[in-house]
Amino acid sequence: MTTRAGKRKKKRLYLVLTSMTVLVLAVGLVLTALQDSISLFVDPTELKERNFADGQRIRLGGLVAEESFSKDADGLTYHFDITDGAETVSVVYKGSLPDLFREGQGVVVEGSINQHGPFVATEVLAKHDENYMPKEVVDSLKKRGVFRHAEEEESI
Amino acid sequence: MHKFANPARFLRISKMITPWCFFLTIVTMVAGLYWGLFIAPEDYQMGASYRIIFVHVPAAHLSEICYGFMAVASVVAIIWKHPLADQSARAAAPVGAVFTALALFTGSLWGKPTWGTYWIWDARLTSELVLLFLYFGYMAVWEAVEDRTKAARIAAIVALVGAVNLPIIKFSVDWWNTLHQPASLLRAGGAGLHPDMLWPLLTCILAFYLFFVTVVLWRIQSLIIRRQIRGLQIRLAEEERANG
Repeated sequence: MTTRAGKRKKKRLYLVLTSMTVLVLAVGLVLTALQDSISLFVDPTELKERNFADGQRIRLGGLVAEESFSKDADGLTYHFDITDGAETVSVVYKGSLPDLFREGQGVVVEGSINQHGPFVATEVLAKHDENYMPKEVVDSLKKRGVFRHAEEEESI
Repeated sequence: MHKFANPARFLRISKMITPWCFFLTIVTMVAGLYWGLFIAPEDYQMGASYRIIFVHVPAAHLSEICYGFMAVASVVAIIWKHPLADQSARAAAPVGAVFTALALFTGSLWGKPTWGTYWIWDARLTSELVLLFLYFGYMAVWEAVEDRTKAARIAAIVALVGAVNLPIIKFSVDWWNTLHQPASLLRAGGAGLHPDMLWPLLTCILAFYLFFVTVVLWRIQSLIIRRQIRGLQIRLAEEERANG
């Protein structure tokens, strides 16, 4: 290998390294600036902290609070609270719920800010956690009283 | 590395390896999918619909690995100008595109019954879709640019710039609020799967790796041979011109 070819190689190496560094920094800055819009939902604490305009459409995420779920007489309108452990927001929703929906489950609801009453949701999505277990294992854990829904564990 | 960068030697060695890779792909794929789809127990929340994990997770994992491979090959191509580096990256692109499409499609099928929607613009799903377009863009460069050296250089730059998306896909579920769940396999505190589900999943991932190696080796071989044929055609034409 001639030294000239070696020099050119080194030049290309530095070119790749510097341009990649600049690119990563630029993308990193853009992503940090867009943090709030990239996040799919806000949790109840953020909802209280940030000042959203009345009627603004947002997504709210958290766990369905225990013993907060109720159904209206029409059988279609649901009431429940969404909590992140610190703050709790009441939600009212008319429509069909996903199969995974239940108390203690992570959910993401879309709707508009209502400063004079509960959050009015127009869509409810269930969030699945990263744990997978056979039914028999869960049953035996429950029998011994040591089973905890993973998401409940996190929020405590 | 210089030793294997010789196309003729690469062709000889890879032709010895590929039949074995192909055989192992078939064995692990059949074993892993049968184990996962028929023997592994059902999930306590999702029942049988979680079984899509045995295709979805390996496909999504390989969609990233494949692009990472292309990015590394492109760096080698730009700096050291090895004759095989461009060909390797080019050979891998359609394979990665198929993995990405498969991951998006299976995820969407699972999303409907579990989340309640086929699609949502959260950071994980969006960045994986961007990956699909990066694969398309990379392949389009090779088709669109006539001059092969120029095509190789532009494609390598596309691969490198696109590689910025890889950590974004991987860590999107940690950096931002997403509907997609965080990692089950590569996480602190061990896998979030019961061993009866974990082992068939690992087998499927191994099968997808072997599939990837097999198909990419085949494609590199055919790209090399195509190049040799073109060289011979040019020489033949020149000889005919000299004789005629």
